[in-house]
Amino acid sequence: MSKAEYPLPDGRVVFYRHPLFVRIVHWINAVCLLLLLMSGLQILNAHPALYWGQVSTFDQPFINFRSGEGAAFPAWAILPGWQDLASGRRWHFFVAWVFVLNGLAYAVYVVASGRLRRTLSPTREQLRHLGDSIVEHLKLRFPHGEEARQYNVLQKLSYLAVMFFLLPLMILTGLTMSPGMDARLHLLTEVFGGRQSARTLHFLTAAAIVLFFVIHVLAILAAGPLNEMRSIVTGWFAIRPGPTVSRAPPVHKELTK
Amino acid sequence: MNRRNWLQRSLAAAGALALSGCDRIAQSERVNSTLDWAESWTRGVQRVLLGRNALAPEYSEKDISREFRANGTTHPDTDEYNALAQANFAGWKLVVDGLVERPLQLSLNDLRQMPSRTQITRHDCVEGWSCIAKWRGTRLSTVLQRAGLKPQARYIAFYCADTLELALDGTGQYYETIDLIDAMHPQTLLAYDMNDRPVDIAHGAPLRLRLERQLGYKMAKYVMRVAAITDFTKLGRGKGGYWEDRGYQWYAGI
Repeated sequence: MSKAEYPLPDGRVVFYRHPLFVRIVHWINAVCLLLLLMSGLQILNAHPALYWGQVSTFDQPFINFRSGEGAAFPAWAILPGWQDLASGRRWHFFVAWVFVLNGLAYAVYVVASGRLRRTLSPTREQLRHLGDSIVEHLKLRFPHGEEARQYNVLQKLSYLAVMFFLLPLMILTGLTMSPGMDARLHLLTEVFGGRQSARTLHFLTAAAIVLFFVIHVLAILAAGPLNEMRSIVTGWFAIRPGPTVSRAPPVHKELTK
Repeated sequence: MNRRNWLQRSLAAAGALALSGCDRIAQSERVNSTLDWAESWTRGVQRVLLGRNALAPEYSEKDISREFRANGTTHPDTDEYNALAQANFAGWKLVVDGLVERPLQLSLNDLRQMPSRTQITRHDCVEGWSCIAKWRGTRLSTVLQRAGLKPQARYIAFYCADTLELALDGTGQYYETIDLIDAMHPQTLLAYDMNDRPVDIAHGAPLRLRLERQLGYKMAKYVMRVAAITDFTKLGRGKGGYWEDRGYQWYAGI
């Protein structure tokens, strides 16, 4: 499956994990999400309160970000770095286009190339050992051997959840906030509970993506930041072949039964 | 200087550098004009998806907001306006001119005698909040048909009684422009009633625009004059509206 693999003098094996297209899409996506987050907080600063339903119940916000005087979100967190709703909107809507087109290109690629089935979908075997994997992760033990050749089941599930649930939810809740699109997508607005609910969900989804980012980075740090970083920049990922130390292979378990 | 101190300082310096770099990029003219592409993409795609007649959702009486926030000017403070308001807008007349066959001057009574439309719609402010109210008014298309648009007419301009910013060149006067697709939309009203009462001063008395598929700042309040024009580059600072002149999108469907 991999393009090629080479042994290293230290006994590890490098193999080609991320095709160029995936690497480019990943980094465009990363930059987009950062810019969308910061310009989004700029927009939220214009009215830092969230509501549930179609309309704003000003005296009963669902979430209120304003505490005392001054902006709800500080200059370092917003784009541009000063109070400017008009520019925040320009950034947000421009980057949203790039983000959507990038995401669509990836979705087409990942389905057409078979990567969705091959690389991202958990195998039946993996799903059967979901519990073990959770325990291993909680112990911060990550596979480095042959097992690391494919994505771990939790990794697969969280990637799928982000790609096919959180990011599309982000786009759809954003779209239903547009008074123009609302004339076409009003049923969807209703599904979200109204325009102000959609705005609240847009924020909560953004928060969930930030949470994913934090876990993503922590996992990279725990699994070997240099190796992980090299693989998403150059495509090459190193593993240490040999017997898995983290736990007994599932085959063995079945034999003893 | 110990190591932690050094680390903290370099992090702060890197942060400041990144921030000022960001600001420099955000202020650059070329970057901003690139960002403006998005507006035409959004407008183009929404025009295709919405067509001329897709209606903004309408609501029922029970959905009407108890508190309907008023933004921008809440009381145009000029002698002319105050005099009109004192007389309950009896002397007020809407001027309809520009590229029309028959320029009109319509009193509130004239407008009320024309066919009306009533709609309960949601008002979405660019700041992010929404309120629902019931609006009654004359369709803009009815008024424009009565005046007769000349073939050169491309946009409709609304001139308002309020000045939001005291600018020496007179560009602080509120105005708005919309294209003919929006002008002829069945929900585009010159509204004189809000929640079954004449529109109050905070919400744009005696007449305001309702443009339901776009954001609140497009819906000019205190409308004094409606003019058909070919282009808006010579109005205000040339971007098609008071807020547009200050960086907001001309197409506010998003």
